[in-house]
Amino acid sequence: MADTELLEKTPLHALHVELGGKMVPFAGYDMPVQYPLGIMGEHKHCRAKAGLFDVSHMGQARYTGDESALEALITADLSELGAGEQKYTLLLNERGGVRDDLMVSRPFKGEETLFLVVNAATKDADFAHIEANTSGKGTLTRITDRALLALQGPEAKDVMARLCPAACEMVFMQAGVFELDGVEVYISRSGYTGEDGFEISIPEADAVRIAKLLLAQDEVEAIGLGARDSLRLEAGLCLYGHDMDENRTPVEAALIWALAKTRRERGDFPGADVIAQQLEEKTCQKRIGLTLEGAPAREGAEIADKDGNVIGVVTSGGFGPTVEGPVAMGYVERGYVKVGTELDILVRGRARPAVVTKMPFVPNNFYRG
Amino acid sequence: MTTRYTEDHEWITVDGDVATVGITAYAAEQLGDVVFVELPEVGKTFKKGDEFAVVESVKAASEVYAPVDGEIVGVNDDLDGEPAKVNEDATGGGWFAKFKLADASQLEGLMDEDAYKAHIA
Repeated sequence: MADTELLEKTPLHALHVELGGKMVPFAGYDMPVQYPLGIMGEHKHCRAKAGLFDVSHMGQARYTGDESALEALITADLSELGAGEQKYTLLLNERGGVRDDLMVSRPFKGEETLFLVVNAATKDADFAHIEANTSGKGTLTRITDRALLALQGPEAKDVMARLCPAACEMVFMQAGVFELDGVEVYISRSGYTGEDGFEISIPEADAVRIAKLLLAQDEVEAIGLGARDSLRLEAGLCLYGHDMDENRTPVEAALIWALAKTRRERGDFPGADVIAQQLEEKTCQKRIGLTLEGAPAREGAEIADKDGNVIGVVTSGGFGPTVEGPVAMGYVERGYVKVGTELDILVRGRARPAVVTKMPFVPNNFYRG
Repeated sequence: MTTRYTEDHEWITVDGDVATVGITAYAAEQLGDVVFVELPEVGKTFKKGDEFAVVESVKAASEVYAPVDGEIVGVNDDLDGEPAKVNEDATGGGWFAKFKLADASQLEGLMDEDAYKAHIA
């Protein structure tokens, strides 16, 4: 059993316990995997109404100065990131492998300053890497005094219309600074569920009060990390460290859309040669979605062709409450990526039939205006 | 009818030489929402402590162990379409399998209700 004294706590820790959260270690933090509503109930509620997630364990930072120094490390074209916009991008290593996936935005009116949000498990490594490689050119300032909440679901906008109507004017992947309950917050219209929603950065002194205000809204239920995982899996979204890692390139991970066309043409990012070769040869493994029946397939399960040859591996798998069946993501050899391809997944030594399925498994509901 | 419990949170209710086995409400609560139960084939035999079933929640799979030696003479087909029964009624409609006992004396080594309550306290 993990010694909870050694785990970090977000500003909302006591609130999670008060709400009946089942606390588990995650990325060095003591986090709620579910509340009394349960993973299925929380997942379904989020897709029907609105869910509130504490994601304060993730890493927030500001970057000022020479943007080309930061740009050199990622796949985005920062000259294409305008005021009030956000991009999803990848931090790469020298082999073209993925060090992390992150959001970068320009929410601060009148300032060029960038706002970065990275994964909890990799935040220290990410920030150290950025600092080392932008030293003398730009300044990365880690933000350790702000909480991060995500409000996701079709009725998230109804909640925001009451509490922060200006934020409702944003469309998907826009970001800005707003006033919510008298407090300056950074909000982006984005999330990790495939639903419309908002990610809100709040000064830690106001985080509990604002979380309680959001939870007091009829539409809103608290959602734990268990449902966060099942929601993002149904949305076909990668979980860093599982669906991609330092040994997977964006080509293999089917994330090449996160590499800006201008950057691809210039080849001015880490591992550009490897990536160019993979794009040219089209022979590398690729990440695909799978649906199956009966027992869920889990991370690490082997994927085989119908002759029993192992041709891939599951990197994320579980039960999809909205799909009402097991769903999985994994990598297969290039010859097996076509949607509709019939494969087997080896679960507890038995071959279970699976079908390559287009992702997202559940249609996205991003608000585009 | 006698009901006994194992340390791994299985319950076994004996009626003559046939026993019904399931997991306790405590175990079901720890697991969270059950989404799939893998049951054995009728006719298979197990020794006490063998894995005879697997119960899957959204996030993980857990083994279920035979509390006694026996032969499977029935399984709960309802769980195929309604795995949530394990959460809703772990000791009733959420039963897993019926065992024909090979050795009724094995029951004596298992916990009674008071001992099990102390075990999970």
